[in-house]
Formats: sequence, structure tokens, C-alpha cells
Amino acid sequence: MGMTMTQKILAAHAGIDEVVPGQLIEADIDLVLANDITGPVAIRELKKADLNKVFDKNKVALVMDHFVPNKDIKSAEQCVECRDFAREHGIVNFFDVGRMGIEHALLPEQGLVAAGDCIIGADSHTCTYGALGAFSTGVGSTDCAAGIATGKAWFRVPSAIKVELTGTKAPWISGKDVILHLIGEIGVDGALYESLEFCGPGVAELSMDDRFSIANMAIEAGAKNGIFPVDEKTMAYMEGRVPRAWKVFEADVDAEYERTVTIDLSTLRPTVSVPHLPENAKPVEELADVEVQQAVIGSCTNGRIEDMRIAADILRGRHVAPWVRAIVIPATQDVYLQCIREGLAEVFVEAGAVVSTPTCGPCLGGYMGILAAGERAISTTNRNFVGRMGHVDSEVYLSSPAVAAASAVTGHITDPATL
Amino acid sequence: MNAHGTVFKYGDNVDTDVIIPARYLNIADPDELATHAMEDIDATFVERVKPGDIVVASRNFGCGSSREHAPLVIKQNGVSCVIAASFARIFYRNAINIGLPILECAEAAEKIQDGDEVEIDFATGLIRDITRGEEYQALAFPEFINGIIEHGGLLNSLKARGV
Repeated sequence: MGMTMTQKILAAHAGIDEVVPGQLIEADIDLVLANDITGPVAIRELKKADLNKVFDKNKVALVMDHFVPNKDIKSAEQCVECRDFAREHGIVNFFDVGRMGIEHALLPEQGLVAAGDCIIGADSHTCTYGALGAFSTGVGSTDCAAGIATGKAWFRVPSAIKVELTGTKAPWISGKDVILHLIGEIGVDGALYESLEFCGPGVAELSMDDRFSIANMAIEAGAKNGIFPVDEKTMAYMEGRVPRAWKVFEADVDAEYERTVTIDLSTLRPTVSVPHLPENAKPVEELADVEVQQAVIGSCTNGRIEDMRIAADILRGRHVAPWVRAIVIPATQDVYLQCIREGLAEVFVEAGAVVSTPTCGPCLGGYMGILAAGERAISTTNRNFVGRMGHVDSEVYLSSPAVAAASAVTGHITDPATL
Repeated sequence: MNAHGTVFKYGDNVDTDVIIPARYLNIADPDELATHAMEDIDATFVERVKPGDIVVASRNFGCGSSREHAPLVIKQNGVSCVIAASFARIFYRNAINIGLPILECAEAAEKIQDGDEVEIDFATGLIRDITRGEEYQALAFPEFINGIIEHGGLLNSLKARGV
């Protein structure tokens, strides 16, 4: 029987020729990731189990990104735990304030993840690296701890949904609109336990940043992972970043899929997911009356340079509406520096937005943009659950950077084409 | 092993943000963390829940974040089992890895009501609603997963294998 990309990568890492959906396997992992929220739990579990060891100090990444620069004493203490562990074990890829970035923007940018890899991370958005043709998936701290100690993880081989992309995307349409639309089509558990295998002529239309944004939110459809074929754009992205050999896997022509979802990029509208689930996707024009008090542009979904450029294109020469707070968060130090060099940071500040150091902060209601009861944000982040960005009676509307920036200017949800 | 307790019933897509809001993820002490369990979906859960009680929900329980704090705060409050029509996959792994029993059973998830008295036999996967006098059969765990549970979690099972 033919295998999907995901199944082939898993088989190769389990050292077997063939796997079938439902099979339980143990696979070698190429990178294990944790952050300042999930890392301390993993470290404590390792110590508690008397397994305080690291399988390969080059293949563990610890990224301080959720509550840093430390938002309070407790957050500071969690970072100390990670820092001490990194020192004790000589962890090479430990990223602290000043060198860190939001983990899923940082690791691809730094060339730490590559096509054909098998990666686990104690963060649900670890599925982002599927954009590079890797298998990557989120796990909890105990799975992560086991990975840190042994370099292995167990998986149930997923069945697959094929997502066929066709057509040419219209102006202002980005990867975010593609994934919000898809989640709207299949629902927040539409791909539960399954892989989302993106393919079709429309893939070539998408930039790497679009693909990162799409793979990032595979989890929001319940998927185990989302994965893209490797093409010239993928190669060009990895050249000069990834210092080691990578492996390109292709789905067999007779690979089996549970079903196929086709998305014609040319018909997509700027899409917004309304509270309180990412599956509540609507075309932007249906929401024009919705006022917002805050706009957040950043996160592991949309904090990359292309996102910043799109937001700046809209904010250049315009001003954030009175009574709206606009918060722009470049996802990594490199993106931040690029924003400065390209003059984007100046555009944001002149438009009346704040530009923050990289942090996950507001996305999960940590800090740097918490909402009060009754407040509403348009946000390029990935979840709009109850209380996600603050008070349990606040609301988050998910969108692309273009829609978030346009809405910041008008004070209500806005199609960028109408500005 | 058996479980016996009163049911706390919830709907579809109970996400990890309502199970344990991220604003508390800077808390390291499990007991302190547990005082905020289910806070954004059921503000009185922690006051009302008793050791042995059972959480029942519909589809996609535990969706969202990978935070292991979510199954942890449920377990820490003495909940003996979570029954749902389906679980988000990371929550499913996390629950098993930390030794919180969970059962998939769509029929039980639909028919059991809030406040029912329920008994579970983990060896057979049989769920008995004492209040309604009905029985439901949950899916049994694969042997591999049973091994993890029997050793009291993933790390202990790895150690038992000599890792």
C-alpha cells in the first residue's frame, strides 16, 4: 500500500520499510523542543524519575518565549529552571532574552529544522515545521521529557486528509486566510488524530511564510500535523540556513487518504474566525460592523517578515484609530532587526502602534495586551477560545495581518481592499 | 481498578484554556495550580468536586494547547476519570502519560447527565450509570498504552524497560 509523506517520514524514523494507519511505532527524533512554560514541567519530571539526562545536547532546543522578558517573579523562576538545566547539560540551542524569538518562527529561521525531520515539541504549534516537509507535532511535557532523555517518541501512525490547493490567490489573501477557511470547512476536530497533507498546483503560489502560517494552525483542526511537499521555495529557504543534509520525502502516487478537501485560492476571501472557536470562519465583509479595541499583529502564526511588511504596507501614512491599541510583535530578533532596517518599525510607531520585543505574551493571555471584560481584539494569533487573551468576557477575532492592520486603522473589522 | 463518583458534565470542545487559563501557567506548585481548574468554564468546579468524581464531556475534550497542566489540574482535584466522545490528541497522550484515566465512549458521553452517580470498571471498560440504571462499553486501550498506565506513567515505563 502506498504511503503519505507523513507515513514515509515516520517509517524512516522507526527504521521500518512500511507503516499503516493505526500502527504504534517508536521513532527516533531529530529535535526536541520546550519553552519556558512547558520546559520546567519536563525538567521536574526528569528529575523526579531520576532520568536527569539529555540524549544529545545538539538536538534539544529550549526557547524562552512565552512570558519573557519575565512578566513576574514566578515566570522568572521558571526561566531560571530552564537556564540551570541548559547549563548543566550544555544544551547548545538554548535561546534566552536577546537571542530568542517565538519558537516556531525561530527554529526554522535558525536552520534547526529541515525537510524530512521528525520533531516533537512541548508546544501544540510545533506542527509549524511541516511547512518545510518535516513531520513535527506537539506533545506534553512528559513526552518531551522522555524525548530529551532518550531521543525517541511513540506515535500512532495517522491516517490522512489530502488538502488540494488550486488557483491563484487574490491580493491581500495570505496563508492565514487559507487555514482559517480550511478549519471553517472541516471544523476544530475535523482532522482529529489525522495528518493534513497539502498538495496541488496552488502550493507553488504560497510563500514559505504563508506555508508556516498554514502548517502552524493544523492543530486548530485537531490534526496531528500538517505537511507540505518540498519544492524550490523550500530548498531556497533551507539553503544557507540548514548546515546539514536534509531528506526530501514524497507521497506515493497510490497513498491512501480518508478524504480530499479542495481549496481554490482564487475564490478565497479575507477570512476572520469569530469567537469562540477557530472554526467560526466568515468572510471579512460580513463583520464590518464589529468594533475592536485592540489589534495584535504577531505570534508564531503571523510574526514573520512578510507579515510585518503586509502590516506596514497598510499602516504606512495612516494612523491607528482613536480608542484602538495596536500591538506589533516581530517574532524573532532577526525579524525585529529587519523591521528596523527596512523602515517598518518606523512605520508602525508613526502610525501609533507599539512595537514589542518578541514574545508569545498576548496570544495566550499572558501579558503585553490583556483584554478587559467586554473588550474585543482583532488578532493574527491562532486561538479565540473563551478568555484566551484575558478576561473571560473578552473576545478575540482571528485574521491575517492585512485584516488586523486595516481594522486597527478604522476601529472596526475591515477588508484591506476597502481602505 | 474502579472509579465511582458524581458526574460533572460539559459540552463539545472543552479547551485547555478553560481547563487551566494561561494566566496561571507561571505557577509551579501543582496544588496551587489545581485551585484554578476549570475556572473559565465552571467557576465553582473546584469547590464542588470531590475525590473520585468523574468528568464527562462531548467531542474534542482538551483541544488547544499542549499544556500538561490541563490533565494535571483535573487529576490533582481527585477526578477519577474523564469520559468523552473524543479527545484532542495531545490531551489524550498527556492524560495517559501522567496517569489520569480517560475513556472514549460516545454513547456514555451523550446519555450520562450532570450530577449522575457513575461507576467504571477500567479492566473491562464498562461504564455504569447508577442513577439511570444504564451501562455503556468504552473502547479498551491498546496493550502498549496499558503498559504505560500500569507503570504509573511514561517515564516509569521507560525506566522499567531499562532506559
